[in-house]
Amino acid sequence: MSAMVRFTRVTKRYPTAVTALDGVSFTLDRGEFAFLTGPSGAGKSSILKLIFVEELPTAGEVKVIGQSSVTLSAAKIPSLRRKVGMVFQDFRLLPDRSVAENIAFALEVTGAPRSRIDPKVRRVLEQVDLRAKAAARPHELSGGEQQRVAIARALVNDPILLLADEPTGNLDERSARSILDLLREIHRAGTAVLMATHDLDLVRATPFRTLELHQGRLVFDSGSPTTDATVAAPAPSPANAPS
Amino acid sequence: MRLALREALRAFRRAPMLSALSITTIAFSLFAFDLFGLVALNLRSALRQVESRVEIRAFVAEGTRAEAASAAVGDIQRFPEVDRVTLVTEAEALERARRELGEFEDVFDAGILPASIEVRLSEGYRDPAQVRVVAERLARYDFIDDIRYGEEWVEKLYRLRTIATVVGLALGSTFALVSIIIIGSTIRMAVLARAREIQVMRLVGATRGFIRAPFLLEGLLKGFFGGVIALGLSFVTYASLGRFVLHAEFFGIGHILLGLLAGALIGLLGSAYAVGRHLRHVA
Repeated sequence: MSAMVRFTRVTKRYPTAVTALDGVSFTLDRGEFAFLTGPSGAGKSSILKLIFVEELPTAGEVKVIGQSSVTLSAAKIPSLRRKVGMVFQDFRLLPDRSVAENIAFALEVTGAPRSRIDPKVRRVLEQVDLRAKAAARPHELSGGEQQRVAIARALVNDPILLLADEPTGNLDERSARSILDLLREIHRAGTAVLMATHDLDLVRATPFRTLELHQGRLVFDSGSPTTDATVAAPAPSPANAPS
Repeated sequence: MRLALREALRAFRRAPMLSALSITTIAFSLFAFDLFGLVALNLRSALRQVESRVEIRAFVAEGTRAEAASAAVGDIQRFPEVDRVTLVTEAEALERARRELGEFEDVFDAGILPASIEVRLSEGYRDPAQVRVVAERLARYDFIDDIRYGEEWVEKLYRLRTIATVVGLALGSTFALVSIIIIGSTIRMAVLARAREIQVMRLVGATRGFIRAPFLLEGLLKGFFGGVIALGLSFVTYASLGRFVLHAEFFGIGHILLGLLAGALIGLLGSAYAVGRHLRHVA
């Protein structure tokens, strides 16, 4: 099984001279579920941004679904992003559109015909259990529900990888757990999931692989677990040794 | 394209005040430019009118045979610089003087005024150098006594025209530049107001062209409507000036279409610049 995401000695330095990542190497396989943990500022978000090509590495190479950060042209970024869904702590929904319109928007920008959009939107709404709220505006929903809409929007293009940046950060414990359950369901359906979180209780309650960052270095990689975790992928080779 | 139009209209609907504000700003910037255009247009046509009166008068020596003068008139008419040549006989000169200077009617006797050849020059040949060339050519006829063409006056007029052109170009480009800057920042405001939408578009994998399209359309429409309002304001100003102060000329249909096109184009380019800058900024 080829790696879907491969970081090779990736360093990311910002113009302010802050080093967000320092020589990070790891791989993420198809259908895998992994947590990115570590304190604030450890570099979790930077890893997600690099995978989503919101940023480019200062040194090293990031390879996502066969596209290398070294050779990737700007024109190819949108098509890559359609294969990689992303959700954030602050949901990023459009406040003046209904739940269904927010989700449909992700398909409209790909130029999909109306006849394909409506059934797909219905299907993902079903999947995130929000069919009854299709016409509601985001502000009429709870935080947990808004995050479900954001996940539905990320799923509607059938991504093979879902990135989640602190998706439970703004939620109470019960909502957080239901979001995690939803992500596990998505994972069981075959989508790889990489979730950044600093909620260690949540991480401990699940058997998935954990990558721990500290001050921009990968300090721990639990490797893929032998039970429950992956649909198809064997364990990847361990990345950086703990420092 | 349908989606871009829907998104552009949604922007108008969702923020009607902001849209109205940007259209008004665009309208007033273009209005200032239109007013300047009207002044320039009228100044130019006034100058052209004065210029068309640039005339060379060659006085024919006494006793010259009428046939010789007529033949010369035919020759002169063929000069490329010449628009119109008229032979004014002694009798005609007398009659004209009596008509134009009625109170001195008794003073004029037959034979007191010489015959002359009046030459009007074509447009583009009315500058001092050209006028002098033609005058010198006329002087070569041996029956021509004297030539007058108000040398000083022609030179002053020509200098005035040059100054008007230079000042017009400088003021015109300043006005245009100011309009573009104001319109550009207005549109930039609209782009910033929708930064979240742009962010979501990028998030779900919209191409840059796709993100740009609604903004470009919005800018185009705003520029066009701003242009229409500016033109309306200019017409009202022109009509009230015409009624109370002076009769002026208004833009022809060509200028009007050009103005509307320029408004739409400024809106489009302003948007392209603003959204391009924003996209570069957010990577």
